[in-house]
Amino acid sequence: MDIKEIIKEENIVYKKTSVLTDKVMHYCPGCTHGVVHKLVAEVIEEMGLQEKTIGVSPVGCSVFLYDYIDIDWQEAAHGRAPALATGIKRLMPDKVVFTYQGDGDLAAIGTAETIHACNRDENIVVIFINNGIYGMTGGQMAPTTLPGMKASTCPFGREPGQDGHPLKITEIVAQLPGTTFVTRQACHTPAAVRKTKKVLKKAFENQINKRGTSFVEVVATCNSGWKMSPVKANEWMEENMFPFYPLGDIKDI
Amino acid sequence: MAKAKGAIVVDIEKCKGCSVCVSACPAQVINLAAEVNDKGYHYAYMENPDNCIGCANCGVVCPDTCITVYRAKPVTA
Repeated sequence: MDIKEIIKEENIVYKKTSVLTDKVMHYCPGCTHGVVHKLVAEVIEEMGLQEKTIGVSPVGCSVFLYDYIDIDWQEAAHGRAPALATGIKRLMPDKVVFTYQGDGDLAAIGTAETIHACNRDENIVVIFINNGIYGMTGGQMAPTTLPGMKASTCPFGREPGQDGHPLKITEIVAQLPGTTFVTRQACHTPAAVRKTKKVLKKAFENQINKRGTSFVEVVATCNSGWKMSPVKANEWMEENMFPFYPLGDIKDI
Repeated sequence: MAKAKGAIVVDIEKCKGCSVCVSACPAQVINLAAEVNDKGYHYAYMENPDNCIGCANCGVVCPDTCITVYRAKPVTA
């Protein structure tokens, strides 16, 4: 069969969703943000929520998220996305509201907002990208940095005695009575990406059914910050991040 | 049963040559080109187009969503 016979409109099995804009993303090659943006856009398209969804974008690498997904957006002050989402959802309960935050935004400067929004049973979706490092500012140590992991502010590896212990914010949030669905996923293989998409869909469905906070953590890579190639970073994540941040549903009621 | 035939089209100018698709491909179809695009990245291309089964794994993992995947039903001879 000739390749020209295969490349036809009716044979398309996978293409870019129209909810993603045509803008080229500013991320480094191989960044997990790109995959998760795409999944969010695909879920919004499949559920027909493009006109109803309001996203809250964070401060961090994903600050320009409002340029990439063609829905309504509000840019939050650093770490304040869950507080802003609370306001939006309470004023406009018919809209679907989600926040998209990195570990510096959600687990460092925004810890209070995150915990209290989850504890208040806010009917929002929180998407948390955890790559264990501050990517945008130059690879500094984050609260989620693993023990022994090198970063520009702990060049010999994180020492828990001196630099504190890594924060498992997802487990903390799972203990709160306000959350309904707390899960941790990754995007390192095609199967993991498909699983993450399912989970995101479930989180959005929970919100439509008014079931309280859904919290989706995605363990991600930062190949520039980790100083590795994208493929090597995925392998490193499997070897080192997953034992400490095990994948799977933590809470599902 | 004949294998399904697939093909991919890469948006060369959007591709950043991260090679995540190369390792995600179960049929060793994709590789990075020796040439570079306008941004200077070695873009992904079909090195062994005959092997492609159109599974869409490459498109699914691509962070820049620059791969469109096609799959034709196998022709029974």
